[in-house]
Amino acid sequence: MTPTLADYLLVSGILFTIGLTGVMLRRNIIIIFMGLELMLNASNLSLVAFSRYHLTAVGLPNYSGQVLVFFIITVAAAEVAVGLAIIVALYRARQTTHVEDLNSMKF
Amino acid sequence: MQIVLFWIFASLMLLFAALTVTLRNPVSCALSLVMTFLALAALFVTLDAFFIGIIQVLVYTGAVMVLFLFIIMLLDLRNEKVRPFNLAAWAGGGLVSIGFLGLLIRVIHTLPGFAFEKPPLSQTGSNDIEAVGWTLFRFFNLPFQIIGVLLLVATVGVVLLSKKEIK
Repeated sequence: MTPTLADYLLVSGILFTIGLTGVMLRRNIIIIFMGLELMLNASNLSLVAFSRYHLTAVGLPNYSGQVLVFFIITVAAAEVAVGLAIIVALYRARQTTHVEDLNSMKF
Repeated sequence: MQIVLFWIFASLMLLFAALTVTLRNPVSCALSLVMTFLALAALFVTLDAFFIGIIQVLVYTGAVMVLFLFIIMLLDLRNEKVRPFNLAAWAGGGLVSIGFLGLLIRVIHTLPGFAFEKPPLSQTGSNDIEAVGWTLFRFFNLPFQIIGVLLLVATVGVVLLSKKEIK
């Protein structure tokens, strides 16, 4: 008895929804950033699940999916570095990380 | 056995993910996110992706989360003070999330192509790092080099952004 592909996709979808909810409902910009990380990781989980469940002709996992996950992790690391630098610059300018206090471009 | 481990790690991961977006203290949120990533690495191992699992622990729980904790420490963030409750924002956000999740569950359960168990591998205990590296350098060589340039640009950009004054 092993978990099916639908189980993995379901868990990945719930993780994505938790991240999306965090991005939409939280007001602290660092927590919003953590929600983005959760969403990226949910997509990684579904990519690895697809790579394991759809074997190649020789009966090995489709490693292209895992290489894509490798790229996503690299880009996410670069994104975190740049994003946190922007947050630090923002904090220096405004002394807040709360998005409702950053309303100078609001219509 | 495998399905028991899968559900243990999946529920652990979802529990800590929910804690990440609900707790008030940013440090607790970051530590919950560390636990989420560790459980996710365990799920990668159940999918025979040992290399990706190790990379997940090294890069995410090792590097990215240390960066998060350093920034939280640097900005000296305390517990958020309670703000006035915005009903329209909560209702809108909750509706979008619930609608998205419902749609996703419906698609996963109605499409017949997803409900099959794990097919056995032709050789167990094969060298997974070698296979990933071979695919990476054989078929994804150009994207790999572009990623290197992207990391260089990000490093230069971060150094420039964190200077005191940009002239």
